[in-house]
Amino acid sequence: MRPTPDSAGALDLSGRSRRGLLSLFPSRTRGNLADQVYAVLVRSMGIVLPLLFGFIVLRIGVAAWPAIRSFGPAFVTSTDWNPVAREFGALPFIYGTVVSSFLALAIAVPLAVGLAIFLTELAPRWLAAPVAFATELLAAIPSVVYGLWGIFVLVPFLRSAVQEPLAATLGGAIPFFAGPAYGFSMMSGAVILSIMIVPFISAVTREVLTAVPRDQREAALALGATRWEMTWQVAIPYALPGILGGAILGLGRALGETVAITMVIGNRPDIARSILAPGYTMASVLANEFSEATGDLYLSALMEVALLLFGITILVNVIAQLLVWRVSLRGGR
Amino acid sequence: MMEESLLPMETKWNPGVPGIPAPTVGASHALPEGGKQVAAGAPFAVEARSFSFWYGANQALADISLTITTRQVTALIGPSGCGKSTFLRSINRMNDLIPNTRHEGELLLEGGSVYRPDQDVVLLRRRVGMVFQKSNPFPKSIFENVAYGPRVNRLVQGRRQLEGLVERSLRQAALWDEVKDRLEKSALGLSGGQQQRLCIARALAVSPHILLMDEPASALDPIATQKIEELIYELKDQYTIVIVTHNMQQAARVSDVTAFFYLGKLVEVGRTEEIFTNPKNDQTEAYITGRFG
Repeated sequence: MRPTPDSAGALDLSGRSRRGLLSLFPSRTRGNLADQVYAVLVRSMGIVLPLLFGFIVLRIGVAAWPAIRSFGPAFVTSTDWNPVAREFGALPFIYGTVVSSFLALAIAVPLAVGLAIFLTELAPRWLAAPVAFATELLAAIPSVVYGLWGIFVLVPFLRSAVQEPLAATLGGAIPFFAGPAYGFSMMSGAVILSIMIVPFISAVTREVLTAVPRDQREAALALGATRWEMTWQVAIPYALPGILGGAILGLGRALGETVAITMVIGNRPDIARSILAPGYTMASVLANEFSEATGDLYLSALMEVALLLFGITILVNVIAQLLVWRVSLRGGR
Repeated sequence: MMEESLLPMETKWNPGVPGIPAPTVGASHALPEGGKQVAAGAPFAVEARSFSFWYGANQALADISLTITTRQVTALIGPSGCGKSTFLRSINRMNDLIPNTRHEGELLLEGGSVYRPDQDVVLLRRRVGMVFQKSNPFPKSIFENVAYGPRVNRLVQGRRQLEGLVERSLRQAALWDEVKDRLEKSALGLSGGQQQRLCIARALAVSPHILLMDEPASALDPIATQKIEELIYELKDQYTIVIVTHNMQQAARVSDVTAFFYLGKLVEVGRTEEIFTNPKNDQTEAYITGRFG
């Protein structure tokens, strides 16, 4: 069939060159046609997705406009959230989202990085693979299941084993740990978030630690470094931009997480100094209240909260990108 | 039989740097014929006795018996996969990083067994500097790269002492003049040849007794290669150097002793000019004349 062995060879790349309608066409045209279809396809995806993004922002912005107009900047500085009195101040939610997420990060990063170091640097292979797999399974548990577990296991446990002793001992001296111990609290929210983001951070950290070039490790070892020194002075610094990236990924997840934290944080729109007190997050208020949002202004206020959550998430990601960029530059130049 | 053709390559090598004698065949003959190798009580830096090494089921080294004399340059040559790098990396137990390896026989470093169970690998590696095929500076400043070894081994006290050691090491590696004004700049901004000399300086900073070089110039251009070779020639007064190389002319130029490995076996070892002019083994001759490998 084929005029020259060359073109036959080129066609064989597709695996089924000799069958199908397209093989009627000369091979060059066929290749071009496929390329063109492919180019149109990916180009349109490249255009459609940013458009979709813009459209979402636009719609939320339009819906939030009445609230933006009637409250102005007071919306983000006021702590009063009273739908009945048509008073809407989002600060408690902003505070709750940011504080619970960063607390979660503070708990999760040491855990996840430690786990990743153990798995890549120390653990024997027969142990590393199953432990890594089990950790990654944590990410597969649905959010609502975490929430249920939080309500029935984590919260009672934290209340009796952590919060009550903490309030009794340090509570008087340190306002962050002041009682009473509600159980459903900022702390419970942060803990459940941290468990949820550990798999992401540790997976990324493991990935970047594995990617540290062998010659870097060998250089340190050949100079008489111990395993410990090699890990901390060479492997971790080399992998640091990636580890930061993993932490940011985790932070992004924590900021947006809704169901699980809603079920354990207590959902009280207050800014409490103590992390043993209940809080509220932006995602939680959206999930809890959109169905009962009577009146246009109420719905509009929720839309503005959504817009803010969106904005904060983007802001955090931008800052994170800059951070990663700076850290990776420091090594390079 | 090997003609005289490789010999001129040795004499051709002329660093043209004042103070460094151009190595000639004569220079290698400065010592009594064979004297370095057989002299009674001559310290062997490395001694392998029927040493064999396996990666899993693959035997990489078979029954190697080889002595490496102090303050000489020993070149290990042979085609890819012949075991020369494995041998080199056994000396400082770099192969420990690879799972499922095992060995038989003895490998002695300055008289002590490298693989004895109570051997402290960290202390062992402190005595053995290593330069790798691809220059591998840390992504830190030039100063920090050289200072890493002394720091991690706690060899110096105070900044001034450390600075002195860094300068001395960089001078020894013939890099000081090029980098003295940019010590705080990233090492990754150096050229490939400078990076490799930085790695040599880094290795020298812990005062090793023996320097292992795994194809140190294979990724470098001819001029950078020449600088590395000049450096090797200078360093051999103070250090025992073992160099793995694919470059036959390089082996001929820099080494005193050449060992030819093939298929995991040590085929022939002898004084470099002997190996290159009058090899006793047919395989050696075939390899150095470029008929295979």
